[in-house]
Amino acid sequence: MSDVTETEGEVQALPGDGLREGIVDELRRRIGDALVDTELRPNDDLWVRVDPASWRATGEALAAMGFEYFCYLSAIDWLPSPYGRGEDDPTQPSPERSSEIRQGVTGGDTRFQILARVVDTSRHVGITLKTDVPDGDDVAFGVDSWHSVYAGANWHERETHEMFGIGFTGHPDLRNMYLPTEFEGHPLRKDFPLLARMVKPWPGIVDVEPMPANDDEAEPNSSDESAGAVRQGGEGSASDAPQSSERVSSERDQ
Amino acid sequence: MSALAIEIPYWGQSLLRVLGGIVAVLLPAGTIVYVFLFKMMSFMQSRLGPMEAGPYGSMQLFAEVGKWLQKEDLAPAQADQRIFKMAPLIVLVSTFLLVAVIPFGPDAWFTNFDVGVFYAMAVASISVLGILVAGWSSANKYSLLGGLRAAGQLIAYELPMVLAVIGVVIQAGSMNLQEIVVAQNAGSIFGWDGLGNPFVLTQFVGFVVFMIAVQAELTQPPFDMPIAESELVSGYMTEYSGFRFLIFFIAEFATVGVFSLVASVLFLGGWGVPFAWFGWDSIDSVDDWMNVGGPLIMLTKMMVLSFLIMWVRFSFPRFREDQLQRFAWKVLIPISLANIVVTAIIKVAV
Amino acid sequence: MSTSDLTERQQLSYIAGQAADARLNVELETEGMTLNIGPQHPATHGTLRIIVRLDGEQVVWAEPSCGYMHRGYEKLTEVRTYPQVTTLVNRIDWLGSFANEVPFILAAEKLMDIEAPPRAQHIRTILFELSRIANISLFLGDLGVQLGAVTPAFFAFRDREHVLNLIETATGGRFHPNFDRIGGLKDDLPKGFVDETRRVMRKMRTYCDQIDDLLIGNEIFKARTRGVGIVPRDVALQYGLSGANLRASGVDYDLRRDQVLPMAWDKADWKVWTHPDGDSFARCWVRLQETREATKIVDQLIDGLPAGPIMAKVPRIIKVPAGEAWVSTENPLGEMGYYVVSKGDLGPFRVKIRSASFNNISIAPWLLRGVYVPDIITILASLYFILGDIDR
Repeated sequence: MSDVTETEGEVQALPGDGLREGIVDELRRRIGDALVDTELRPNDDLWVRVDPASWRATGEALAAMGFEYFCYLSAIDWLPSPYGRGEDDPTQPSPERSSEIRQGVTGGDTRFQILARVVDTSRHVGITLKTDVPDGDDVAFGVDSWHSVYAGANWHERETHEMFGIGFTGHPDLRNMYLPTEFEGHPLRKDFPLLARMVKPWPGIVDVEPMPANDDEAEPNSSDESAGAVRQGGEGSASDAPQSSERVSSERDQ
Repeated sequence: MSALAIEIPYWGQSLLRVLGGIVAVLLPAGTIVYVFLFKMMSFMQSRLGPMEAGPYGSMQLFAEVGKWLQKEDLAPAQADQRIFKMAPLIVLVSTFLLVAVIPFGPDAWFTNFDVGVFYAMAVASISVLGILVAGWSSANKYSLLGGLRAAGQLIAYELPMVLAVIGVVIQAGSMNLQEIVVAQNAGSIFGWDGLGNPFVLTQFVGFVVFMIAVQAELTQPPFDMPIAESELVSGYMTEYSGFRFLIFFIAEFATVGVFSLVASVLFLGGWGVPFAWFGWDSIDSVDDWMNVGGPLIMLTKMMVLSFLIMWVRFSFPRFREDQLQRFAWKVLIPISLANIVVTAIIKVAV
Repeated sequence: MSTSDLTERQQLSYIAGQAADARLNVELETEGMTLNIGPQHPATHGTLRIIVRLDGEQVVWAEPSCGYMHRGYEKLTEVRTYPQVTTLVNRIDWLGSFANEVPFILAAEKLMDIEAPPRAQHIRTILFELSRIANISLFLGDLGVQLGAVTPAFFAFRDREHVLNLIETATGGRFHPNFDRIGGLKDDLPKGFVDETRRVMRKMRTYCDQIDDLLIGNEIFKARTRGVGIVPRDVALQYGLSGANLRASGVDYDLRRDQVLPMAWDKADWKVWTHPDGDSFARCWVRLQETREATKIVDQLIDGLPAGPIMAKVPRIIKVPAGEAWVSTENPLGEMGYYVVSKGDLGPFRVKIRSASFNNISIAPWLLRGVYVPDIITILASLYFILGDIDR
């Protein structure tokens, strides 16, 4: 049954949170030490971080526990973008930005983390999974593929590989999903710039000519009135939105 | 042409016949396209249809013809050029050949074969060749699929069409289309000749089978797998544009009209009204004004039957290829064979 | 898998037919033909390309090739503020666009730990269901076109206009309302909206009945869709099919009922429709029932509309506190969700958009093996995807 609750002044734990704690215990029983960290927020979600070496084992354990519905699989790049929000003025040198990597919920050690979610449709509970992606010099950059556990992970892993460059060992066919085959780079990494903002930084240079100097009569001095007439409804004044619906409803009344 | 007092030399008669044939093919095509395709279909789909060209869009057909005529004459580079260009003409030729044997009045006919029905059925299958050739020569996989589907479908539905007509032939006792018309109009039902003896009443099964087979022969929905617009874009017609597509288009609707004419001759009594209304006994005593009234009556009956064909066209989704074939071979052919047997028994015994 | 109307004999005969064709193809030693369906094609709802290898009329291998409409949404959200992201995500599922904004706004509100006032929740739900009706009514019309019946499509467009007009009077935009804000909605409803909505819902119910008669009840339609593209329950769950596709395979899972969200679905009395067969007919049928159910939800909610403000107290410049949140809702296409990672900025740090059609189409290579060419179109039509949703 669904978890229905009234939220009073302070956040109360869902009745289903007992269910979620039970899930954490069951998972810990199955994969042991690989369960690195969990976070259970009342009224919210259940996050679990596992060891990358037992990523597939986690998937198999969850599938065996009844989490049959595969929601999605993706990744997060925790490096703050060196380009900020793409609003840098290209004529100025780019400002100093912190490049400190701080992971989010359930922590982590690496720059990239895999993010996945599976759901148990009969108990109406989902679990968000995270794992580090090992990226040292001596290890392959990637984790195991979930392809054999959840068939739907096939496409999601392809997209994650294409966007972040993360390898998935055991995946049958790791081609590009969206981008052309010859595309170089991994777009969703933070150090891959958003090319549109590189070409034309935001808010963009308005490249029109200034108004000619001698046009006192053509000045837009009615801007306030026109804006007022359109935006503010006023008492019975001619504003468009309510009137049109009034017209519509009165037409239908006849 | 005994109706006219002047003697027309043979070359004049042939010229009139040719012009009459062209009119007999193009007039139904144009009327069906405007009334049913543009207007009736639009009204059924709660829209107005073309309204701009001419009053109520009546000139739309001329506008479309003009548009297609002025387009570039394209052929795919890899297509077999000569055959690619010939294919639409093959389809149109079969329509003209078919209309040659339809009687429009007691003396208003182009040819009067004794084996009219046999000729009509034979000639109707020439269009199959045109469609196959179009699909193969287009050098396009979609056209090829459309052509292959057409091959199976059109050949499969030839048989019910022919078998349905055999019942009519047995009942009329002749393969001559003029005599079939006379047999219906001069005949009587259980002695009452107020309605003549239209074969649609006694050959109702044959009529239904014939109309279904015609719908399939014309590749109209629900039998339009060869065209199948949502899968094959246009099937065998995909690579055709401009003038050649115009020929296909005219051929499609002209064939609707001509098959409706054939069906009205075979089942609805053709150009005639029951002879008892005017006290005629046989074909010789029919008045001469019937040569003018006959084509008008034929036009009316053709419109009724085309209405049926078009109505079904706009209403139903399409069959899948194997369902189509199953329907033809396992349902229509046994039914039409049974129809022949029953007709023959009744004709001999009763 | 238990079936209700679909007899085992029907299933077996379909499979046997395909197997016979396959044997014949092997005996004749015909060569396979590779056919590109799309990216420009009347059948695909947009620029989807499916590469099929055919043996005669049977598919040996099929593979959708996406990305013709990839706009890089997840990258774009990283440089936008939260209200700007709302404008952006309207365009993912463009037929029912209000429904795209809602999970994102709910995720941002979850991070800010605020809730929209009850009136805003009600109106959000009403607009959500209206966009569901707009989306699925077009699907029902388009379904006919895919299968060859051209007439229902015109009815669909004609009747959908009423719903779009409703959305326009409320939000100002027919296709991209961009109406949701963090903390509530942009504006209140205009005068006359309640009566108009009741009238339009009556019309949409009539439209659903028309489609029921004209299309779903048609024998040829049933012959084309029954037994075609059967997705068993466990395969549907594994691939993450959602929405009507999942319910048509017999899984009783509806995110409106099965999770707690600050929306008003629990204030109305409605039913979740499932079908045990899992074939194309089941998917189409479930969507038709859902549209009717949506009209009933709107009717009930529009009656019990609470008074009050439509916007909670939020600062003018919104900085969402740091954290991560996941919200998914039962969108017209399926389950759509946003995983929002925030670092306390004006805009999100990372947004993962879980779109329904991506998972729905990922089953195509598995599902399309061994079907006939016309069935490809039937199956794709019944799975129902929008390109913007697949490609984001």
